[in-house]
Amino acid sequence: MRVLVTGASGLLGRATASAIRDAGHEVRTFQRRASGVQGAEDLRGSLTEPADVARAVAGMDAVVHLAAKVSLAGPPAEFAAVNVEGTRGLLNAARAAGVGRFVQVSSPSVAHSGDSLEGTDAESADPEHARGEYARTKAVAELLALEADAPDFAVVAVRPHLVWGPGDTQLVARIVERARAGRLPLLGSGAALIDTTYIDNAASALAAALERADAVHGQAYVVTNGEPRPVAELLAGICRAAGVRSPAWSVPPGLARAAGGMVERFWRGEDEPPMTRFLAEQLSTAHWFDQRRTRADLAWTPAVSLDEGFRLLAASYAR
Amino acid sequence: MNRAAPAALPPSGLPGLDARFSRLVEVRSAGATRTWHVLDNAARLAELRIAPTGTLLCVHGNPTWSYLWRRLLSAATAQAAAGGTAWRVVAPDQLEMGFSERTGERRTLPRRVRDLGELTAELGIDGPVVTVGHDWGGVVALGWAVDHADQLSGIVSLNTAVHQAPETPVPAPLRLALLPPVLGASTAGTPAFLEATLALGHPPLPGPVKDAFRAPYRGADRRQGIRDFVADIPAEPGHPSRPELDRIAEGIRHLDVPALLLWGARDPVFQDRYLDDLFARLRHPSVHRFPDAGHLIAEDVDYASAALAWLDDPAPEATPAAEPPPGIGGAPLWSVLDELRDSPDTALVELAPPAGGAARVVSWRLLSRRVRELAAGLTAAGVRPGHRVSLLVPPGADLTAALYACLRIGAIVVVADAGLGLRGLSRAVTGARPDHVIGALPGLAAARALRWPGQRIAIARYPAPVRRLLGISASFGELAARGRGAALPPEPAPADTAAVLFTSGSTGPAKGVVYTHVELQALRDALARQYGVGIGTGLVAGFAPFALLGPALGARSATPDMDVTSPATLTASAVADAVAAVDATVVFLSPAAVANVVATAGSLTPDRRRALTGVRTVLSAGAPVARELLEGVAALMPSATASTPYGMTEGLLLTSATLDDVREAAVEADGGAGVLVGPPVDGVEVRIAALDRSGAATGEPAVVPGVAGEIVVSADHLRDGYDRLELTQREAAHGPAMESGGRRWHRTGDVGHLDEAGRLWVEGRLVHVVVTAEGVITPVGPEQRIGELPEVARAGLAGVGPRGTQQAVAVVELRNPVRRPRLADAELAERVRSAAGVPLAAVLVVPRLPTDIRHNSKVDRTRLSRWAARVLRGERMTRP
Repeated sequence: MRVLVTGASGLLGRATASAIRDAGHEVRTFQRRASGVQGAEDLRGSLTEPADVARAVAGMDAVVHLAAKVSLAGPPAEFAAVNVEGTRGLLNAARAAGVGRFVQVSSPSVAHSGDSLEGTDAESADPEHARGEYARTKAVAELLALEADAPDFAVVAVRPHLVWGPGDTQLVARIVERARAGRLPLLGSGAALIDTTYIDNAASALAAALERADAVHGQAYVVTNGEPRPVAELLAGICRAAGVRSPAWSVPPGLARAAGGMVERFWRGEDEPPMTRFLAEQLSTAHWFDQRRTRADLAWTPAVSLDEGFRLLAASYAR
Repeated sequence: MNRAAPAALPPSGLPGLDARFSRLVEVRSAGATRTWHVLDNAARLAELRIAPTGTLLCVHGNPTWSYLWRRLLSAATAQAAAGGTAWRVVAPDQLEMGFSERTGERRTLPRRVRDLGELTAELGIDGPVVTVGHDWGGVVALGWAVDHADQLSGIVSLNTAVHQAPETPVPAPLRLALLPPVLGASTAGTPAFLEATLALGHPPLPGPVKDAFRAPYRGADRRQGIRDFVADIPAEPGHPSRPELDRIAEGIRHLDVPALLLWGARDPVFQDRYLDDLFARLRHPSVHRFPDAGHLIAEDVDYASAALAWLDDPAPEATPAAEPPPGIGGAPLWSVLDELRDSPDTALVELAPPAGGAARVVSWRLLSRRVRELAAGLTAAGVRPGHRVSLLVPPGADLTAALYACLRIGAIVVVADAGLGLRGLSRAVTGARPDHVIGALPGLAAARALRWPGQRIAIARYPAPVRRLLGISASFGELAARGRGAALPPEPAPADTAAVLFTSGSTGPAKGVVYTHVELQALRDALARQYGVGIGTGLVAGFAPFALLGPALGARSATPDMDVTSPATLTASAVADAVAAVDATVVFLSPAAVANVVATAGSLTPDRRRALTGVRTVLSAGAPVARELLEGVAALMPSATASTPYGMTEGLLLTSATLDDVREAAVEADGGAGVLVGPPVDGVEVRIAALDRSGAATGEPAVVPGVAGEIVVSADHLRDGYDRLELTQREAAHGPAMESGGRRWHRTGDVGHLDEAGRLWVEGRLVHVVVTAEGVITPVGPEQRIGELPEVARAGLAGVGPRGTQQAVAVVELRNPVRRPRLADAELAERVRSAAGVPLAAVLVVPRLPTDIRHNSKVDRTRLSRWAARVLRGERMTRP
């Protein structure tokens, strides 16, 4: 297959493009900066630029769409422009270009209203109750994508949860940076069970979804390692791998949520706020999922265990 | 005031109610047309092209409406769609109630019964009908049943009543509601009666469900029917609806159809006496009494599945064992008492008699005479065969005499352990509805204070004021005097019920387990065979159920000096004294007592130590104990074979392991695969119903070494059944092979496996199995492996999340206990994970693991799992 991977300059995009390439497909990457994916045709452009998008999808059999504005705060219009309109434009262009498969990379937060999630499967995206602009706009985007599903246009939505690994500038780097600065809070008892996804597993799941699109189209899947751990243990594991002290001080989750809500409301700058309600919820309530349907339908299992992931992360910091 | 209002369809979106079942039905009645709101799945069944085999006619009470039956409609329709028995379910809102028409008339009971008949005629219901009723709707439903006996194929009643005995007042809450000033204000003027009813949920009804029940009753005008319904309760003999109530109450005696009574025990109005009354009127009804459910039983429990399952097989299993199997239990339980009636040899020694003073020695002659006199005296005092007698007497000569006297005259003894606690004991005793209570002072005082039913008989003579205060009608002394020389009634038949024993209650409310004479005889014989107890054997029985069988075995029994409510206080010296008193060769100890006996061994005098060397068999009965404890007991009694058996109230002696077996197993078992409880004792068959991936024991019970599953047992000394727990009874006996081969089987609810040598290993409770996406984890193995870590005192395995995708969690108690619960640190977590042998999502450390009240040794994994789920959800880190 000829496969377009959007947003391939990010951690997951690059790993996914590589995994698809390794599976023997021709890969074209599309994003603003160079993707750096070996053996792929690298096309630069903007998702919000129709001409760029038309060029990107031309001649493709499949699209794996990762490009998005991922952030905890920022102007709502920007999220909508990239995540909603960008996805809409890409879907239209892809169909017009005769693309047959479309993997929409989404997030479990699209169906999450803030309660704890314990062993739940992927529920419908719910923009109305999703928390934060990112989750809201990604929810709209996933609904758009799944609505576009048709017999000749197989759409699958895949929601990897908390992707991390070596080279991660989002989750891991921020945790480590804050831990170094002594600003990483442990919320509550730190016992909330959180399931995460090691980068290689997320990439192989997206590649699997691409392969299985004809059989499982129209559906959404949450992808994780299937190894939930207390959040304190995860943070400690990441800190240990990076050689920094794990978080010691603790903030009651209710207070953190309230403070986060305030910050979110007033924060419109470019830098990340120290804590938003979304993050407070993420770190103080359980988030783990039923992976049975995902594994059976995608014919996929995670190859890298949590412990192996920590070892690989430590090795990357040691280099 | 014209309160008339037309019928309407309920608003959409009521939780759990499929709006497609709602319809309006016009019925011509006495020149007028009345419109009913009816829930009816007929149209849905027609869409599915399914012809129903019959109709369930469901009648709500006051102040509910047909919404009460929504689960039955959905469940019956789903069952039909899945190819099961297809029932049409018709649930009307009675006129003036729910969303049916407000006619402005006042309806009385005969009118309501007639209304219902007119509705079913209009609906053209002509096939077989099962009436289903709740509350006063149950009376209307039974009225329909009496009037349509030819069509009637079954009766299901939920907390209802058809009879108000003239001598007993109606329950207090209703009496209050019936006072005229209260009646109007509480029932119509304000929604007080409605709200009070909606507050009766156990657990409380969710807000949206309450709103749904309120929906048709917004405004005083719409509640007039509630008022009139309450006023129509024939509480007084002269009430205009009384003749109709009496007609129905008498009429149901002649209905020859299967009946199911589902009863919420926590109902302030429809109390147990109404259940007893219905039970006596209907022909062999099946009963399930839910101790934790209340008046709104249809909201509290899954009555719909229960009723549908019962309807598929309504005839309760005929009780087998009418004739004792050859070679089993030929001799009645009192036969040794008859045989040794003239023997001066010692039968019983009470080391600490209740009256105080020196040890009390009772000869066979005296015991035998006492039992005969009491038996005759109890008969004279009105105790009849089949009457239930609750025994609230501490172990000793009095209890023994009372027990055998009751057994001899065919009265059913009800035995609940004081270890249940007063609340548990009270629930057990009232649930067993004794006709008589025999007790010592504490028991009788509790009976009086908690208003347990039954005539009260005291084991000793108390001063007149005490007798009056406690309502004591007779003492043992008086009864024995009355019975002296009197003839005894005929002996009970072997298949007659002999006893109701209560389970420990460690997994929910204590259940009454029913034994017949022949089953108790078989238990006696199994004990005799397994441990060599017979006439003249010296026996110290610190384990209640076996202690009671001492005289039946012909053993010379000693009751040690101990606090029966707290077996864990039994000392080594007390055991030694009891051994010395009867030259005991056999000692039965309760598992809770073993630890203290071992712990107090240091204070034994040389004489006492010597006495213990005569013991040949020592048994920790009731629950398996740890090997170290068994070693400790064996060291105390060096000539004895130490054993630990496996059993439960439903089957008291199933397997037995000697200390040597246990030592061997510790070497053999690689990493601990459960607790070895040994091979089945003679006459017991053990099979394993393999677990499927969902953790259900769906496998055909079989003997396949190494396969884990529910432990299923058969023996002549198994329980006969459960007391008014039809669903529990079915649960314990379900499955393909369970009825085959003429043997009775019992599903124990425990999981375990058999090894190549045919020995049983217990791996935990079925309800505690953790069902992960990767497979099923039984708790005991991982707990043992974690427990072997030097820093760990005890471990409990919990499951969090939905079954099928659960995560296993280890909770440990350290030898060096922590003060507050917390996550294990990285090092401990890693050690526990590598020891466990199963994937663990989290490792938690607690000051103390919760254990069940009775044994104080079994980890309460249900509670532990609930706690772990809360903590791992992100809630506060409280203590478990």
